[in-house]
Amino acid sequence: MNTLTPPAPTAAPGFSHVALVARMKAVVGNDNVLTAAADMAAYECDGFTIAKTKPNVVVFPTSTEHIVGIVKACNELGVSFLARGAGTSLAGGCVLVGGGVMIALARMKRILEVNVRDRYAVVEPGVVNVWLTNALKPHGLHYAPDPSSQGACTIGGNVATNSGGPHTLKYGVTVNHILGVELVLPDGRVVICGGPTEDTPGYDLTGAIVGSEGTFGVVSKVWVRLTKNPEAYRTLLGVFETIDDATNTISDIIGAGIVPAALELLDKTMLSAVEAAFKFGFPLDAEAVVIMEVDGLAAGLQEEADRIEGIAKKNNAREVRKANTEAERMALWKARKQAFGTIGRLGYPSYCTQDGVVPRTKLPEIMRHIQATAKKYKLGICNVFHAGDGNVHPILMFDERDPLQVKAVMDASHEILSECINLGGSVTGEHGIGVEKIDFMPLMFTPDDLHYMVRLRTAFNPDSRCSPGKMLPTAGGCSEPSSFVGQTKPGRRAAV
Amino acid sequence: MSATATPTKTALPVVPHAESACPTSHGPKVDYELVLDCVHCGLCTASCPTYVETSNEADSPRGRIYLMRSVIDGTLELDNDVKQHLDLCLNCRACETACPSGVQYGRILEPFREFMNELEPGRQIQSLNALQKFLLFHVFPYRWRNRVSLAPARLMQWTGLDWLTEKSGIMGLMPESLRSMKQMLPKLKPHYGQLPEVLEPEGKPRARVALFLGCVADSLYPETNYATAKVLQANGCEVWIPRSQGCCGALHYHSAEEAPARDFAAANCEAFGATDAERFKSLDAIITNAAGCGYQLKDYAHMMHNTPHAEVAARFQSKVRDISEFLMELGPVKPNHPLNIKATYHDACHLRHAQQIFKQPRQLLEMIPGLELIPLPESELCCGAAGSYNLTQPEMADRLGKRKTTNIAATGAKALFTGNVGCLMQITRHLKALEPDVWCAHPVDALWASYSGEMPKEIGG
Repeated sequence: MNTLTPPAPTAAPGFSHVALVARMKAVVGNDNVLTAAADMAAYECDGFTIAKTKPNVVVFPTSTEHIVGIVKACNELGVSFLARGAGTSLAGGCVLVGGGVMIALARMKRILEVNVRDRYAVVEPGVVNVWLTNALKPHGLHYAPDPSSQGACTIGGNVATNSGGPHTLKYGVTVNHILGVELVLPDGRVVICGGPTEDTPGYDLTGAIVGSEGTFGVVSKVWVRLTKNPEAYRTLLGVFETIDDATNTISDIIGAGIVPAALELLDKTMLSAVEAAFKFGFPLDAEAVVIMEVDGLAAGLQEEADRIEGIAKKNNAREVRKANTEAERMALWKARKQAFGTIGRLGYPSYCTQDGVVPRTKLPEIMRHIQATAKKYKLGICNVFHAGDGNVHPILMFDERDPLQVKAVMDASHEILSECINLGGSVTGEHGIGVEKIDFMPLMFTPDDLHYMVRLRTAFNPDSRCSPGKMLPTAGGCSEPSSFVGQTKPGRRAAV
Repeated sequence: MSATATPTKTALPVVPHAESACPTSHGPKVDYELVLDCVHCGLCTASCPTYVETSNEADSPRGRIYLMRSVIDGTLELDNDVKQHLDLCLNCRACETACPSGVQYGRILEPFREFMNELEPGRQIQSLNALQKFLLFHVFPYRWRNRVSLAPARLMQWTGLDWLTEKSGIMGLMPESLRSMKQMLPKLKPHYGQLPEVLEPEGKPRARVALFLGCVADSLYPETNYATAKVLQANGCEVWIPRSQGCCGALHYHSAEEAPARDFAAANCEAFGATDAERFKSLDAIITNAAGCGYQLKDYAHMMHNTPHAEVAARFQSKVRDISEFLMELGPVKPNHPLNIKATYHDACHLRHAQQIFKQPRQLLEMIPGLELIPLPESELCCGAAGSYNLTQPEMADRLGKRKTTNIAATGAKALFTGNVGCLMQITRHLKALEPDVWCAHPVDALWASYSGEMPKEIGG
């Protein structure tokens, strides 16, 4: 384990705040630099409010040249830096560990090119996910990865975390939709990996960069694949008496060779909250419902929907409802995508959403384990998740003002995630490792695995000056848990 | 890593230790539970007009809540930077529509602003000069004072003198503040004079309603109040226009001047008969056509809580309806005369976000034969008018006004409808530079034109 990286460098001795600010202003201009205490507070954390560090300065580049200038200045001054999009990470991915220069990419928000015939677009990293899809509407195209936070999160952030979403099941995650990136390396050189054409020769560096959580450099431009809107949809709602029936249906659908666009499960507790908020008409006495959607060419789609209905019925579905109009379909999806926000209605002041993955066929086991764990620790629990991917999001509900409950949540989360690993899965489906789950890395990977990951990072980012303290544990980090987890309490958390 | 990720203190909902941050003996009267509702997910950011413009997270709803919380917790000083970020907020509430957790942003911001005002009385309007303050508090809230003060402008526009003063450069002699306010004026139509106190229903009586006229709106857009009364009448409503009604109180309330705002509210409760529970029952609704007034009227119970008027205010509030909301509930009479025009609709924040009314005005417009309604990109983003915001934060108001009108011009629509007088003024003014011939009006103006066949001049009537 001692071969792992040295601790992340912090500001070099003798580093002068005044000099740093002056350099930054020289690169991007006065209007693109923030230093006020109020501004630093706004950038000290993201959606994961447990880890906080104030940056020394926030800069807004508006071009690749700006990023190069910032990065070079940071190198000369020995200061760490981190790129940030909309700050919606749920794992502390946008927290600048140890302080330094926060490179806020939110002003690089232009869609540079939309090429309909070749089906790609070129965007700056600060473009909000849904803006791209909105801009593509007139062409009958969309950008497929649709995280539930797509109304706010940026393409740059999606690239960093390799984001998923409900429609990931059929269309793939972010990496399947990124054709190329322009990357400012941590030493200030600019490389372009991939590009508008498919299948470029050489190593697939784009694939390595997507999901690297900002540890390889700053992405300054992205070539994304565009997807044709499906000709038709069939959206079904299966109603089940037991969670086992629901999860078995999911395995059987995939096992039958059907590739649904989405398979999303909501359990009884979650349904009661969603129903209170949206009045959709969900059955409140069912143990689980599964939203089952197929899309594609209109021809043959009904037959596929009928097969799904048959599989659900065979697994004791009490009822299979259909969304008959586009409005009904949109209402159903709205209820699903905003489900986390309705948890406030369940009477607990705080909640903690976990993000784990198991092989699809292990869903019944992990669901039973989750229920048992919640019971053991006397915590409230509800579930809403991307069942088709085996990506579970158990939501533990508690009162953050009671230290015993907080401890229970921490322990329960740890047990659930460990069980995910035991069942052959992983500790994050889509939120990323960030700083939150760094302690789990040694549980999932052997020292040799981690060592090679460190070597790959070193090839891009030898001094760990770019996005320090993320994703990979530092030496010794695996033997003792990070102190912040032991000492502090989870805040209320949303996940999407 | 463990040494650098600073452990955070999870704030408990106790009385904040505010001595370090707040020089007064008490902190802001913010319900801390409401602050805790924000889980810091950031899904609100892209819906916020100021964040979309500045890209600074301290100018986003999540950032602002975090700043307020930090001040309450005593971890951040309430310095000028914090104040600036909070002042820049339009209070448009787009974040409340976007928030999945149901955070009541306005209920956090408003008491916090009040607190800032207590520390420095009048700070919110400190950028206004004496004339602007006088107009804001002593002219705008009164219908007759508005009409009198606008009479010269009306006369100048009518005689063409207005054009002459613009061209001759004589305007340069006027004070800057008056010049910019004159710029904001729309083309004024002749005032209808005074409607009778009661208008009888046409056809079978279906409802008995009272009409709220507003203050500035009535003088600037008299035709809209006229149209509203006539449309209601045509829908079988007996329309009562209480003579003694006044301003809704919003102009004062949003400048953190609570006492006069409450006086206006109490007077309106009296004027509309809410003090007499039995008689008030015979009234089906209190109708307003201005989103800003409508929201304020619907907030009377909150505004008057802990006062002797609380109960009466709640009774009053329960009957307030926006005109589009009321008509769609009632089932509107079908309009007949065609308006052959491409049109688009801008969501006034106080309708869309504060009252969640967005389908009804569109449904009304779509009923009009010949009218083609084109979707407006970013229709839910504030136009920058935001009450007196265009006076207190002119720079951001201008940026948002230009953004809005650029979007409108790109649709190619020849008419723009929106349900609020402030938006109408702001959009009309900014459209002058881009598409001066676009007809900017309230949906009810279009509806009345289609009912009556009296086409307004803007569309060749």
